[in-house]
Amino acid sequence: MSKVTFPRMGESWRAFKLLLEDLGNEVVVPLRPNKRTLDLGVRHSPEFACFPLKILMGTYLEAVEMGAGTIVTSGGVGPCRAGEYAMLHHKILQDLGYDLKMIVFEPPRLYPLNFIKNVRALNKARVSIRGIIDCIKRGWRMLQALDNAEKLSHVVRPREIKRGTTTAVYKKVLDWISGAYTMEQIAEAEAAALEALRSIPQDSSREVLKVGIVGEIYVLLEPASNLEIEETLGDLGVEVERSMFLTGWTRDNTWNETTHGLTIKEAASPYLPELVGGHGRDSIGHTILYSKRGFDGIIQLAPFTCIPEIVARTILPRVSKDYDIPVLTFFLDEQTGKAGMTTRLEAFTDLMRRKKRFQAGAKCLTG
Amino acid sequence: MAVRVGIPRALLFYLYFPMWQAFFNEIGVQVIPSGRTTKSILDDGIREALADVCVPIKLYYGHVMELKGKVDYLFIPRVVCLNGKTVYCPKFLGLPDMIKYSVDNLPPIIDVRMDSRQGRLSLLNAYSEIGRYFGADRITTIRAYLKALGVHYHFRRLLRKGWSPPEAMELLKSPGTGKAGSQTKVNLKFAVLGYPYAIYDSFISVNIVEKLRQLGVMVMTAENIHPALLALQKNCDLPKRLFWTLSDIALKAAHLLFKQGRIDGILHLTAFGCGPDSLLNKLIEMEAKKHRNVPFMTLMIDEHTGEAGMATRLEAFVDMVRRRKEAHLCQK
Repeated sequence: MSKVTFPRMGESWRAFKLLLEDLGNEVVVPLRPNKRTLDLGVRHSPEFACFPLKILMGTYLEAVEMGAGTIVTSGGVGPCRAGEYAMLHHKILQDLGYDLKMIVFEPPRLYPLNFIKNVRALNKARVSIRGIIDCIKRGWRMLQALDNAEKLSHVVRPREIKRGTTTAVYKKVLDWISGAYTMEQIAEAEAAALEALRSIPQDSSREVLKVGIVGEIYVLLEPASNLEIEETLGDLGVEVERSMFLTGWTRDNTWNETTHGLTIKEAASPYLPELVGGHGRDSIGHTILYSKRGFDGIIQLAPFTCIPEIVARTILPRVSKDYDIPVLTFFLDEQTGKAGMTTRLEAFTDLMRRKKRFQAGAKCLTG
Repeated sequence: MAVRVGIPRALLFYLYFPMWQAFFNEIGVQVIPSGRTTKSILDDGIREALADVCVPIKLYYGHVMELKGKVDYLFIPRVVCLNGKTVYCPKFLGLPDMIKYSVDNLPPIIDVRMDSRQGRLSLLNAYSEIGRYFGADRITTIRAYLKALGVHYHFRRLLRKGWSPPEAMELLKSPGTGKAGSQTKVNLKFAVLGYPYAIYDSFISVNIVEKLRQLGVMVMTAENIHPALLALQKNCDLPKRLFWTLSDIALKAAHLLFKQGRIDGILHLTAFGCGPDSLLNKLIEMEAKKHRNVPFMTLMIDEHTGEAGMATRLEAFVDMVRRRKEAHLCQK
């Protein structure tokens, strides 16, 4: 029986590991993308493939070294390239001489049979249907708990008194959540995690800017690919609200579209009425919604050569002008350096702060 | 004076211009295509477009800039899907919006959505919508649409006979003219794969087709292959077809030509930063590995591509292929 691995996206691996192990699989947990992952990925990927493909290529190669023989991943129906990536990864791995099994989950709404077939293939412990539903529910609950902890860490970090406390506490509470097993334990761990984050000493009088992060899902969710932008912003005294979390996205794309998704579509439709694949339209919709909610700025994250985000990026300057909200775009790839990014973020934060104070009626704008 | 509609000489121009022109002329609208690409058009495009987009889109911007002051309307359709199966690159899908929100002082844009997946009559409806812009009644638009389809059919037939799109457009205008550019000492046959808007824009492709011809190579492209032959390739042994129409055609053409093995060389022309090509190129490359008897080369173009560099690479490739072919003949 071959060991199973899957793409790594932020902290979601904890829930996937739980789910796959419950179904009787031996799991190889993918490593956090590091320098070597990138090197491996870049070496074996097409030059202009986007960043997520390269990172995942590296991740898979590392997992294969650790003994993985089956890869579970998601598919897609286009027009974004990501829908074809599972196929390309498989081809490249075969070309390198690895004989792997690829289990690709297509959107179950469109391909229900594919979903059933894949679940059966993964169900090695022969869990009953009710048991599977139970496992999925628990995995889902854990994802929600992880997302909630992350959301709270974004709020607490800019207000912390001693820099670095939030990150340390956040890392600790993640282990609490992933240590939980039953529904009750997960809920308990989540409550304890949120409590621990809330009880971090905070300075409530601090002037905190609010920034929305929009863009492509992988670079939003995987901190190693966006060079921990949320942490950097938090340290600069900026509260971050990310437009996408795995739980929200999965809900929109597996079963039904939530009302939340529909409002984004409506908001974006005067500017981009067409689904251009990926998250191009979402980036525009979220930018408009955030500006209506009085955010101080928007940061768009996209992998280099990402087609949908390029379309969005071309339209965003007009949105920025119409809604009077600053937008900063980062196209990320293996060449992006942390120092350069931090400098740009510092400048952006200064400009937002200046704009905010100016609007609040401050006269002296220097110093 | 008739209303003037501008059509930029870029992207789908090379595949659908005769059809669009016939349609517009039939409903009493004058069509003005932008001129051939020049350095200044490219420079305009580079200035207006986002730095991260690919050259063909930058060129499109350039052609839009050229037409800006000269026409009453700009025809930038949102071409989503024309064959009921595959879509176009996401940049085509967002093209009217990209142009609308990043170029100022534009004439009104006709951004009709064309998506044949939405029913049998969806394309006719799209053209009727264009007709309504100019007050043409339904009967006139239907007649114009049918005539345009006829022209398109004729155009495709010329392509299948081996003419390139620009030549076929000339032939449609003045039928009966002889074979353009008679060739001497043709002994090699190459296929140039890639997107028509890159290959046939002689400025941006640094005139690759003409250069190869001068080197004594007969050139064919995916447009010259009968669609039925391409359709026979099914999914090219992939679990999933490529999502994008033009990439799908290029991949199928590559598979067909590799399998036939009658061609002397295959060139893949790709633009810097092209999204779909990152997959397409890798897939063709892997296929090429399996067919060692057909030499394969990738050429990448961008806005800085130099004439000399390209010529050197082509000459070297042609020389190697020719030498190899001669060696094979000697062995026999």
